[in-house]
Amino acid sequence: MAHIIDRRLNGKNKSAVNRERFLRRFKAQIKEAVSKAIKGRSITDIDSGEKVSIPVKDVSEPVFHHGKGGVTENVHPGNEEFIKGDRFNRPQGGAGGGGGKASQDGEGEDDFAFELSREEFMNVFFEDLALPNLVKTQLMGIEEMKSVRAGYTSDGTPTNISIVRSLRGALARRVALSAPTLSELNEVEEDLDTLLESDDEHDIEVREKRKRIHMLRERLASIPFIDPFDLRYNNRVRQPKPTSQAVMFCIMDVSGSMDEAKKDMAKRFFILLYLFLQRNYEKIEVVFIRHHTSAVEVNEHDFFHSRESGGTVVSSALHLMKEIVYKRYNSSEWNIYVAQASDGDNWDSDSANCAQILSESLLPLCQYYAYVEITESEPQNLWYEYLKVKERCKHFAMQRIHSTADIYPVFREIFKRQPATRA
Amino acid sequence: MTPISTGSEWTFDLLDEYERAIREIAVKEYGLDVYPVQLEVISAEQMMDAYSSVGMPVNYHHWSFGKHFVSTEKSYKRGHMGLAYEIVINSNPCIAYLMEENSMTMQALVIAHAAFGHNSFFKGNYLFRTWTDASAIIDYLVFAKSYIARCEERYGIDAVEELLDSCHALMNYGVDRYKRPQKLSLAKEQARQEEREQYLQMQVNDLWRTIPRPAKSGGEHEPVRFPSEPQENLLYFIEKSAPLLEPWQREIVRIVRKVAQYFYPQRQTQVMNEGWATFWHYTIMNRLFAKGLVTDGAMMEFLQSHTNVVYQPPVTARWYNGINPYALGFAMYQDIKRICEEPTEEDRLWFPDIAGSNWQQTLDFAMKNFKDESFVSQYLSPKLIRDFRFFSIRDDDRDSTLLVSAIHDDEGYRDVRQKLSEQYNLGSREPNIQVWSVNVRGDRGLTLRHTMHRRRPLEAGSAHEVLKHVARLWGFDVRLESVNEAGEVEQTFEVKHLPEQLSLQSA
Repeated sequence: MAHIIDRRLNGKNKSAVNRERFLRRFKAQIKEAVSKAIKGRSITDIDSGEKVSIPVKDVSEPVFHHGKGGVTENVHPGNEEFIKGDRFNRPQGGAGGGGGKASQDGEGEDDFAFELSREEFMNVFFEDLALPNLVKTQLMGIEEMKSVRAGYTSDGTPTNISIVRSLRGALARRVALSAPTLSELNEVEEDLDTLLESDDEHDIEVREKRKRIHMLRERLASIPFIDPFDLRYNNRVRQPKPTSQAVMFCIMDVSGSMDEAKKDMAKRFFILLYLFLQRNYEKIEVVFIRHHTSAVEVNEHDFFHSRESGGTVVSSALHLMKEIVYKRYNSSEWNIYVAQASDGDNWDSDSANCAQILSESLLPLCQYYAYVEITESEPQNLWYEYLKVKERCKHFAMQRIHSTADIYPVFREIFKRQPATRA
Repeated sequence: MTPISTGSEWTFDLLDEYERAIREIAVKEYGLDVYPVQLEVISAEQMMDAYSSVGMPVNYHHWSFGKHFVSTEKSYKRGHMGLAYEIVINSNPCIAYLMEENSMTMQALVIAHAAFGHNSFFKGNYLFRTWTDASAIIDYLVFAKSYIARCEERYGIDAVEELLDSCHALMNYGVDRYKRPQKLSLAKEQARQEEREQYLQMQVNDLWRTIPRPAKSGGEHEPVRFPSEPQENLLYFIEKSAPLLEPWQREIVRIVRKVAQYFYPQRQTQVMNEGWATFWHYTIMNRLFAKGLVTDGAMMEFLQSHTNVVYQPPVTARWYNGINPYALGFAMYQDIKRICEEPTEEDRLWFPDIAGSNWQQTLDFAMKNFKDESFVSQYLSPKLIRDFRFFSIRDDDRDSTLLVSAIHDDEGYRDVRQKLSEQYNLGSREPNIQVWSVNVRGDRGLTLRHTMHRRRPLEAGSAHEVLKHVARLWGFDVRLESVNEAGEVEQTFEVKHLPEQLSLQSA
């Protein structure tokens, strides 16, 4: 009797469009809310969605409704003590409910809070940021091949024969050689039959016809219907499918002067960069290098958690990185990004050395090199040396971070979409 | 008889069996007249989708539905709010949604409540019969959705969105309250739409027709009023008379107007409609139980959720939020049944015509011929006023204190009843705003008039915002005057139309 329909398998995201419209409309407010939400928040949370709230005033839809004043009379249930004629003071904060939900859209300073999905959040988060130097596109890693159609060839395996093409070729050849058609032959044969059936003498004509039939037969036999020459095969070629790949080097100073707080800030910066690269490359490898007076390549856990002490020789890390690049990441196949975090301490004599390694051997290999200095004090010699490098190299960026709240702005600053100057 | 099921899990076969059993009771025993039923099983996510497009299975796209969805989703995920058990659509066949998370008992409750309660109300009540066309609404929405989508492609999402914003602001003023609307039909709509588009555009010149009319007897320049009489349907007036709208814009105004009209009866019959459905799920479930078709356990589960639904917190409770329409409606129908079956002296005095009559006929009559306002004023009995301990409070801004104007005593019954009825009167709940005049010979400005009721003013902030929307639709300056009972203008809002006014967002 009743129709029972299982709709559970139908799409459940019917409202996706409306939701997207909503986000689109309040883009400006959402963006502001997102950057507010980021401040001081642990960056690892960013990877999941984010709660965002925007002022209710902006999202309200106005309708005409009554304001305060005049006479209102409302009926309420649950009288406990009143009798007719009682008077009492107005309760604070609006007199009695009533009037339905009239004031819902009017006042109310509360925020309209909702959650963004990870994807939406990242879109807002990284909006108008771009990876500088994506020029290396022609050097994308070549790993996969895919076969694509590429017209037709005259040789191949029987399974690939293109029947339409082959027959079309055969027809063209027959036309070119002006081969008679079967229908032509049939026609003449029929004519002959009618002639033979009629009693009149048509000897000459009959002989003519016979001759013609004979000629047509011969020609038909001599020009084959299909010739190996006509055969065409579907052609497929294997094309290299570019897969973009990047390697990200995280270089961090773990000397005694880098305390937990500073390391935490460095970590957040690295994760930001990682997330950002993830959006641009299918495949990303991360190499962690930590250093004090000497550098080692470590795994992620050790990188962030183990503590070392002692002095600082930045160049050790740069040397190690160079070595790793030569050994494992051929710069013609890999897009190389480097993020270096340090508190700026370095052996005095080493800083000049670092600048030299950078500009001579590392920067030519890299797509981008970002240096962040996490310190509250005056910049030290490493900073000044790097400043010189910065003047010469466009794909070298450096910024200083004072507190957690700076991380995102600094990150934005470094990766701000630049007017397309480089070809 | 053995129970249909004992566990709490539902299956499609069980749904079918319950539906049969309930139909047996509702249609055969109690004679409910219903549209064919279509039960659709959906997931919680789909329920939220349905929520945000005002319960309709198809609707056009607009950010406000997205906003709705986003906030529903949030409160649901946080557990602030359970989803409604059911959504039912006034269509033919009547579509009722069943959520897959519900237990078998709850599904039976929903079937009784929505697929038979609401369904018979939609089919029977005079407002729905007059104002909505159950067989055409889905088709019309399909048309509206594709039309608006095409407009978006053609004129840009922003242009359409702005227009819809403006129309939505006036949605409550897009209904004909007295004139019966025409039937909707997809085929007709589509066929007429293009013709209408061109024709309407020619019609607009009506405003500034250049051929002079023959002068009236006086011959003097009596300013011609336009419109000749005040118009209550603002959207209709705009659709027909706004000078600068493009044909497609008129069509969209029309669509919003039609949708508003479709929902108009629902806004006027909350208590009646919910009460009716609740009354029937209660009656039907009890009948199922009496026939031995449901178990004790299922009955306990049902009663638990039923009592939650019909709970009316007293005004002193912190979570008091007005009168619960389910509670009031359910109580009233139960009370009418009681008056029919076991009338007291008081009932015979108050309701001489129904006391002792056949309850099924009386209820059927009550359901068919009233809306909330008249239903309350007709059937609210002194006993219910006592049970609910209703009292009314008069808030006069000229008094420094509130006055308790009536309570549940002999003197107050009629008073309370009349005031409660007034409370459900949409006409006095919403400000009465009509099109007053257009300055045809001057700046083409449009004047709206708000006739104040009991000196209640408009909320200034929102009125100003809405006027901006009106100005966008009208294309010229717009004024709104609040007129008090003596006919004097008390308050005036004015919005100048700026041609370059692109965004209405004040920020």
